[in-house]
Amino acid sequence: MDAILLQILNGLDKGSAYALIALGLTLIFGTLGVVNFAHGALFMIGAFCVVTLQRILNISTVTIDPTKTDFLGNPLKVKTPYIIEWFGEGAGMAIINWSVPLAILFAIPIMLLVGYVMERGLIKHFYKRPHADQILVTFGLAIVLQEIIKAFYGANPIPTPAPEVFRGSFDFGVLIGMAENAVIYPYWRLVYFAFSALVIAGVFAFLQFTTFGMVVRAGMADRETVGLLGINIDKRFTIMFGIAACVAGLAGVMYSPINSPNYHMGMDFLVLSFVVVVVGGMGSLPGAVLAGFTLGILESFASMNQVKGFFEAIYLPSIDQIIIYLVAIVILLVRPRGLMGRAGVMED
Amino acid sequence: MIDKLQNNDRMLMTLFTLMVLAGPILLAPFGAGYPDLLQRFCIFGIFAIGFNILFGLTGYLSFGHAAFLGVGSYSAVWMFKLLTMNVIPALILAVVIAGLFSLLIGFISLRRSGIYFSILTLAFAQMSFSLAYSVLTPITNGETGLQLTLNDPRILDGANTTGSLPSTNFFGLTMNSTAKFDFLGMVLQFNVGFYFCAVMLILAFYLAMRIFRSPFGLMLKAIKTNQNRLNYTGVNTRPYTLAAFVISGMYAGLAGGLMACTDPLAGAERMQWTASGEVVLMTILGGAGTLLGPVLGAGFIKYFENIFSKINDNVLHSWFSFLPDGLEDLIVWVLHFFVGKGWHLTLGLLFMMVVIFLPGGLLQGASHIIDWIRGKKQSSSTQISNPNSMPAE
Amino acid sequence: MSILEVQNVNKSFGGLKALQNVNLSVEEGTIHAIIGPNGAGKSTLLNCFIGKLIPDTGTVNFNGQSLLGMKAHEINQTGVSRVFQTPEIFSDLTVYENVMIPCFAKRDGSFSLNALSRVKQEIDVHEKAEQMMEDVNMADKKDMLASSLSRGDKRRLEMAMCLAQDPQLLLLDEPTAGMARADTNNTIDLLAEIQNKRHITMAVIEHDMHVVFSLAQKISVLAQGTVIVEDLPENIKGHPKVQEAYLGGAH
Repeated sequence: MDAILLQILNGLDKGSAYALIALGLTLIFGTLGVVNFAHGALFMIGAFCVVTLQRILNISTVTIDPTKTDFLGNPLKVKTPYIIEWFGEGAGMAIINWSVPLAILFAIPIMLLVGYVMERGLIKHFYKRPHADQILVTFGLAIVLQEIIKAFYGANPIPTPAPEVFRGSFDFGVLIGMAENAVIYPYWRLVYFAFSALVIAGVFAFLQFTTFGMVVRAGMADRETVGLLGINIDKRFTIMFGIAACVAGLAGVMYSPINSPNYHMGMDFLVLSFVVVVVGGMGSLPGAVLAGFTLGILESFASMNQVKGFFEAIYLPSIDQIIIYLVAIVILLVRPRGLMGRAGVMED
Repeated sequence: MIDKLQNNDRMLMTLFTLMVLAGPILLAPFGAGYPDLLQRFCIFGIFAIGFNILFGLTGYLSFGHAAFLGVGSYSAVWMFKLLTMNVIPALILAVVIAGLFSLLIGFISLRRSGIYFSILTLAFAQMSFSLAYSVLTPITNGETGLQLTLNDPRILDGANTTGSLPSTNFFGLTMNSTAKFDFLGMVLQFNVGFYFCAVMLILAFYLAMRIFRSPFGLMLKAIKTNQNRLNYTGVNTRPYTLAAFVISGMYAGLAGGLMACTDPLAGAERMQWTASGEVVLMTILGGAGTLLGPVLGAGFIKYFENIFSKINDNVLHSWFSFLPDGLEDLIVWVLHFFVGKGWHLTLGLLFMMVVIFLPGGLLQGASHIIDWIRGKKQSSSTQISNPNSMPAE
Repeated sequence: MSILEVQNVNKSFGGLKALQNVNLSVEEGTIHAIIGPNGAGKSTLLNCFIGKLIPDTGTVNFNGQSLLGMKAHEINQTGVSRVFQTPEIFSDLTVYENVMIPCFAKRDGSFSLNALSRVKQEIDVHEKAEQMMEDVNMADKKDMLASSLSRGDKRRLEMAMCLAQDPQLLLLDEPTAGMARADTNNTIDLLAEIQNKRHITMAVIEHDMHVVFSLAQKISVLAQGTVIVEDLPENIKGHPKVQEAYLGGAH
């Protein structure tokens, strides 16, 4: 029981990331009709917002402390981040310590801007082009964004620690009346899950309760009709793209303590998120979320030693590496439209 | 009209053969006349020709073709390790294994078309990539890549007494032997490996041309244009698309096998999504659906990759040294992102440029320019007579 | 002898009964028109013929064989060809290639990997394709791209492609929809000519009365999901039920 609970919890954080990326992909696909192969890059950019913010916060003055010497015997150079100079020791350190959550504020305008530029500058011109062209151009964009990040931040992962209070783990099992040390769970993963749930709820509430959201949902159901209603679709598309970019970016921001940002994380997550979208059903938002969590948890279960051992016995080693793909294959064979896909979406 | 077409084909084939065989001479003035690069032209030419059969002819955009290339490489290296250093068995195994692998992946991916298909092939390729890196280490040697060792059995070759690794050969002709000649101040290098690849390229091109002109090829074109109508013509399109997928997978396997023949090692990075993207770019850059386009695209990309990768900051500084210092540094700083290790960034930008401005590829772009020049020469009152764009009535 | 038998077909979407107890039989060698006001269930009925929809109850038999649940290519292989509302042709190919494809497609649908034979060598296919283009008066346009044809010519081409398969039954879904008057008349002449030459059975779904009365030998009138009258054209014109369906239903 405790082992199962632990795996479910472990699956939640990856599942949340899949769900958030898949949600954005589906939103863009459903409203704009574009398959965005550069969506993973947005996730990556989000993560690198954290790196950038950390670097900005750590810009320091260098003073020489004559009372101490370094190991060569020279006077010690002391780096003091400006932020500490300005806000004093306590507040300054706290700001640096909390840089990951702070990066949310930093990332939102950046992601909105990136989304805006991407949609207005590029995607807009591809609404009427064939799907193959859309895939190709966003694919090229994914390479470009990834390489730019690589050129500026290098090829190695850059650690971005969570705030100190969230760094450890806690005994989740005790909280729900289990034995001690049965379910140990890192704080930050729980924070990530809660954050994702909040964002997902926010997106759904936005779509459900605002007139804007109503138009978007109508657009996802039948794009042509909404066009005929004379609603300014263009502007709404841009906003929609910005929101999707923001969701992916925030997913990246909060994921950075779990997985140190590196330049290829975007594509790694994109491929799996695509599988999630396909499994959930192209164009279905609840499908994307459901499939994201399901696949994340399944992946986590597959990495359990007992499960692995069982599959190794039937000649399927390292089931955790391929479980998602296997599930996707089975689902596509049994339910070609995915779990919650609708008829007529991308049937070409 | 059809006889004329066949004559055109013969002419194209002859020209193509001559150009490829004369590659070491023709390309030497451009600094591309050395074996390693020439071999890459041929190998990626084959890869792109095969990809074009699926994408250009049948209209299925696969993002996982590098997987078949990788599988071909691994198979070939295993043949070198176990059986013999002769390239023929290695290539046969590479093509067969890649064919079987593509049959499996195609069978599943082709249940869907359009975007779904692209996503599925991408997912499969990533799966193969991560498997090659981790679980399949006994077969792929993981991160290090699969290499020859002195202890390999090589059953047919007999005991290796030289103490150094044997080289690949074609019935005794070693692949890396090169004859060099001085000619007009250039060194012309005629390499066995290149000529072997060149013959393969010519054969691959010939086969592709036959496929293009066959009833099967016509069916593939019909699938690309209108699958609905083809279904209502009583044709089950699945076997055709699967056949196209397997054929192009086998081409990729051949290319991967040849890679191993010229340099007997295989690594998982050959299967990465960027490698799959590269062949897509080659094909669309040259012109998807045309016969010659993919080969040109492959040559273009590999040539510029070679040039761009060699440029470093020193070279840039020497180019712009005539400028004032500040400006020079600025220009060099900007450009250094695009050259050397930054080649992939250039590649990505090129990718976008081609899709945005030149969806028909270089060949179509060239014909547009020719039309435009002709149009300018003729007075504006006379219509350009093009039977394809004439109005119906 | 009837070639297409539709019996007791019912189909409802949610609460909406699109088809109620539809009975229909198309006699061999005739042109049978199915007409009716908008929303009468014409398209639903057609989709039941071609396997896109499966009726809740009832049977659709072609030559005694049930068409229900078959895939498009399987239905075609039984001898049913279809002309679409907007002509479905291979627009990137030339007219000639368009006609050649159905000539290549085997009636049994078998797949052949004839990747190394040349299109040129298939002499009987060429003869047949030439013949088909003569039949629809398009021989002079054979090297044009199909996408550059006029709407009427696209329709002709589509007809040629269907006829190349020697179908036993031709389903036509509003063959003149969106056409200019001249094109409509040309199409009528073409269909009449084909009927005279080859005696192919046709089922036409149409709302243009001019087309229907110029061509049909028998007419079924569909209204609110049921066949209200099935009779000869001259009896349909003044039939009170028909007038009510078209005029009365409008109020």
